[in-house]
Amino acid sequence: MTQTQFIRRIVKPIVFAAALGPFGWLVYNAFWGDLGVNPVETITNYSGITTLRLIAITLALTPARWISGFNPIILFRRMIGLFAFFYGTLHFMTYFILDQSLQFGGVWDDVVKRPYITAGFTGFVLMIPLAITSTQGWIRRLGGRRWNLLHRLIYITALAAVLHYFWKVKLDTTYPVYYGILMGVLLTARLVQRGRKMAAVPPRRAVPIRREA
Amino acid sequence: MLIKKAPDIRESEVTPRSWYVRRREFLQVAGSTAVAAAVGATGPLFSGTSTAFAQNPAAEKLENLKKSPLSVADEKINAYKDITTYNNFYEFGLDKGDPARYAKTLKPRPWNVVVDGQVGKPGTYAIDDIMKWFPLEERIYRMRCVEAWSMVIPWVGFPLADFVKRFEPTSKAKFVKFTTLLDMKQMPGQSEPALPWPYVEGLRMDEATHPLAILAVGLYGEVLPNQNGAPIRLIVPWKYGFKGAKSIVRVTFEENEPMNTWKRMQASEYGFYANVNPAVDHPRWSQASERRIGEFFKRKTLPFNGYADQVASLYTGMDLKKFY
Repeated sequence: MTQTQFIRRIVKPIVFAAALGPFGWLVYNAFWGDLGVNPVETITNYSGITTLRLIAITLALTPARWISGFNPIILFRRMIGLFAFFYGTLHFMTYFILDQSLQFGGVWDDVVKRPYITAGFTGFVLMIPLAITSTQGWIRRLGGRRWNLLHRLIYITALAAVLHYFWKVKLDTTYPVYYGILMGVLLTARLVQRGRKMAAVPPRRAVPIRREA
Repeated sequence: MLIKKAPDIRESEVTPRSWYVRRREFLQVAGSTAVAAAVGATGPLFSGTSTAFAQNPAAEKLENLKKSPLSVADEKINAYKDITTYNNFYEFGLDKGDPARYAKTLKPRPWNVVVDGQVGKPGTYAIDDIMKWFPLEERIYRMRCVEAWSMVIPWVGFPLADFVKRFEPTSKAKFVKFTTLLDMKQMPGQSEPALPWPYVEGLRMDEATHPLAILAVGLYGEVLPNQNGAPIRLIVPWKYGFKGAKSIVRVTFEENEPMNTWKRMQASEYGFYANVNPAVDHPRWSQASERRIGEFFKRKTLPFNGYADQVASLYTGMDLKKFY
């Protein structure tokens, strides 16, 4: 088995299962355990923080690849990104169904009036085209350059998510600030790398374009 | 001031004496059966907790409680476990589970309450004496947190009005200020500057003497658990929960409006009056609806937390958008 085959057939399923962990925790506790005194709050907060964490991990993969020189890291980016979208959807649906009783008018009211929801909704909505165009077919259709440009929307989502969290908490901004710093570092890393690339001679392809599983 | 009284209870609704005498047994059997059925049928997601946590067997029971017509009669009372494990009491940590975990360091005995300021009869009183001054009543009240969740809680206490009257406030006493304990050993959260300590709250004199306002010393027929503000706390059901100062050590009658802690912390978001009002939003979130603990969907928030008939007249002519 080649290294890539090993990663695709063995490591990826393990990571997939791990990414399902938080969802599994929620399902398990919903039926056999304890979601606490305010279950809707528990589900909302846990799905939200998982979304934020997965966005951060997604953004960390490319810098990790640069630093380590271990190119196959990139094989995980789509999967983790889609999981971020999955948890974002879960987070939004909890809000839409249980807070807004499926009333889109109520959602729109919040989007317009509450800055933390404006930020959250924006971050979520921007993930939709990224999820749709995550396939190899779409990369071909758009072409690598346009696809990459579109997927830079994740930077806006990352910032929107941090603002959403920061503006939502009642008093304790410790964690929103930590995530803000984390996202800042991850985005700065990209700016730095882009700066270096502009200055250097365009490198030849390090990893041949191959169909991602 | 119009105080609407709830209708009298019918003779046919009175509990038979034989049931009443064995009520604890009945509750245990009924409670555990109901819980077994609920857990089996719907799972903890719907009941909010996985075990019905009836009373704490070690807690001191409060006997001979008067029932009050001011109690809510038609709403489901929240489970003891929910009421005692979901608390905002930053003196013990910022997480809602922290007070239940860490409040054991609080020592509600011996406990003194100092009454001072613009009164004819100031003094320092032991809590055990205070609890003997007035007949204790059960008051089942809605409590609405500013964070937009709510519960129905069976407090045990006595009217704040009776307490106030006893000290003969002078004509200069326009406000009553309540101060919580300041003691970093008993309240480890006070070593964090989360809020400026000690916690302070206040009421206008007419609010303090309104029949709905009570000093609570118990919950579910027992003394207050530490995490709910033992041994004595304020309950003002038509206002947001943060007005209910806990673990009170001092009651001061003042001429000027006290600076309550949350207003001091963030005046743009928290005011002195803090009346529950679906028409006046928190700057960052809506106050039009709330999650009743135990329910799935949100319910509409009522003006003055459903006590409008009894308290709205205190605020006629006042711009409640300005005096939030």
